Amino acid sequence: MRQSALTAVYELAKRDPRVLFIGSDLGAGVLDKFKSEMPDRFFMEGVSEAAIIGMSAGLAMDGYIPYVNTIATFLTRRCFEQVAVDLCLHELPVRLLASGGGAVYAPLGSTHMALEDIAIMRALPNMTVVCPADAPEMTRVVEATLDIPNPVYIRFGKGGDPVISSADNGFALGKAITMRPGKDAVIFSTGVMTARALEAAKTLADAGIEASVIHVHTVKPLDERAICEAAARCPLVVTLEEHTRIGGLGSAVSDALAEAAISTRQLRLAFPDAFIGTYGSQDSVLLEFGLQPPQIANSIAEALGTRGARNLGLAHTRTG
Amino acid sequence: MNVEPTTSAALDDRSKYLRSLIIDGLSAGRGHIGSSLSLVEILRVLYDDVLNVRPQDPAWEGRDRFFLSKGHGCLALYAVLADQGFFAKDELPRFCKAGALLGGHVDAHIPGIEASTGALGHGFPIAVGAALASRMRGRNSRTFVVVGDGELDEGSIWEAALAASKHKLDNLALIVDYNKLQSYGAIEEVLPLEPLADKWRAFGFGVREVDGHDVEALRATFGALPFHTGRPSAVIAHTLKGRGIGFAELNASWHHKSSVDAATIQELRQALEAN
Repeated sequence: MRQSALTAVYELAKRDPRVLFIGSDLGAGVLDKFKSEMPDRFFMEGVSEAAIIGMSAGLAMDGYIPYVNTIATFLTRRCFEQVAVDLCLHELPVRLLASGGGAVYAPLGSTHMALEDIAIMRALPNMTVVCPADAPEMTRVVEATLDIPNPVYIRFGKGGDPVISSADNGFALGKAITMRPGKDAVIFSTGVMTARALEAAKTLADAGIEASVIHVHTVKPLDERAICEAAARCPLVVTLEEHTRIGGLGSAVSDALAEAAISTRQLRLAFPDAFIGTYGSQDSVLLEFGLQPPQIANSIAEALGTRGARNLGLAHTRTG
Repeated sequence: MNVEPTTSAALDDRSKYLRSLIIDGLSAGRGHIGSSLSLVEILRVLYDDVLNVRPQDPAWEGRDRFFLSKGHGCLALYAVLADQGFFAKDELPRFCKAGALLGGHVDAHIPGIEASTGALGHGFPIAVGAALASRMRGRNSRTFVVVGDGELDEGSIWEAALAASKHKLDNLALIVDYNKLQSYGAIEEVLPLEPLADKWRAFGFGVREVDGHDVEALRATFGALPFHTGRPSAVIAHTLKGRGIGFAELNASWHHKSSVDAATIQELRQALEAN
């Protein structure tokens, strides 16, 4: 997904002289082609996120469109005030390409796991927050950001994520995509969790439960209309995200439903409000916290009060 | 070299007039007074003699960019911008009042202001980007940024200094309003900066020190920019916090005031005239 994003930025830069790439001491060889073909628009700066965001703002004030890439936690926690003041307050078209959203950096521990990045960015006026599901969708996202006048936060997955998006569904920032119909529950998911939602929905279907899946790639601005319409038609709303339960997609959906006076029950599947204090892999951490497809299916079946859910192959598989 | 400001020299009429405009801005009873008074001659010389700007066309592409990174010194900049005709002088008495154009930190919506600053450590990194952009555009325009001495406590300043040096931005001039006092007290006690000129030299800047209230010396210093081809420049302007108001000079309690009454404003005007 990261490679798709960087390739998309390279392609954008080739056809639009306003596009710049700025990295913060990324791995050796990143975008070498960009660097050799467009050296005046390729910047590899130091481990200095605050200055990089400020510098990007100065460049954007002069009409450039900087795409800034580093690890998600450093773009959100480290230089929050620069993002808020330099970018959002000034409404500048800087794009934040956030590597390792969610639990991708599980082996590296809590300093590197971005489990509250969506909440942090969502809180800022003028910010757009996007979490693509897979590499092809990432390409569509990057292309869609070119002419957005304000800052955009784009959350990367691990890479090699299963491809579940389709160009046939179209893509527009702020427009949720219905991936699967269903009447018994609706799952709103974002980022790489949409693939897991689809798998869970398939498992549920085998057990006679029809869950729809709506991919909310843009968490801000939220497609409130699509969310409210779908929620009003179902007995159960499920929100699924690779993020803490505070301030992410689940919170955004709750806000929208509460304001629309839609009282459908909401099952919020997310990480707890905690530094999770565990290593392993993205997959093992998701499993540990009940966020892998069989667990998702089981949680939904239980919430629906499906009799004998555990006997239908939906046994709770949480470990640890 | 350590150039201390000449405290005994009288202010000329123009410096007094610009300070009187600052006092006009105190009718809402508040403002960073000391922090603005130390800046007056720096801004006066920049706008009278150095910057290539068009008050009637503030967004003119070919302009020099000026960033007040110590955004709390805004009253001084507002006084100078109003005097230059960027906006009407009658905006000054409305400073910080509901619905006013001018608030307690510089704001990019104001004609002549490039960026909203005041959260410290922001304006300089933005200026680095602006200087880089100007060079990429092939323009001759220059970028100037004034930082406070207390502001140099912020790490982002030094991150940006490294970047300015790396990119050889000789179209960028940083000016330190070195008044030696921050909010709580003396810089030397709160967080010492010396040897300050050596620090900037070590970061790859061409450096000069100047009496920040000596108009002729400031003109000569700015006239010599860039100090080294291929390097950004740093002007360390030695100033007096509260300059021009005897009882406010070197007095940390005048860094910011939030309850200036009419009688105090009268005292400020009298003290200014007494220079």
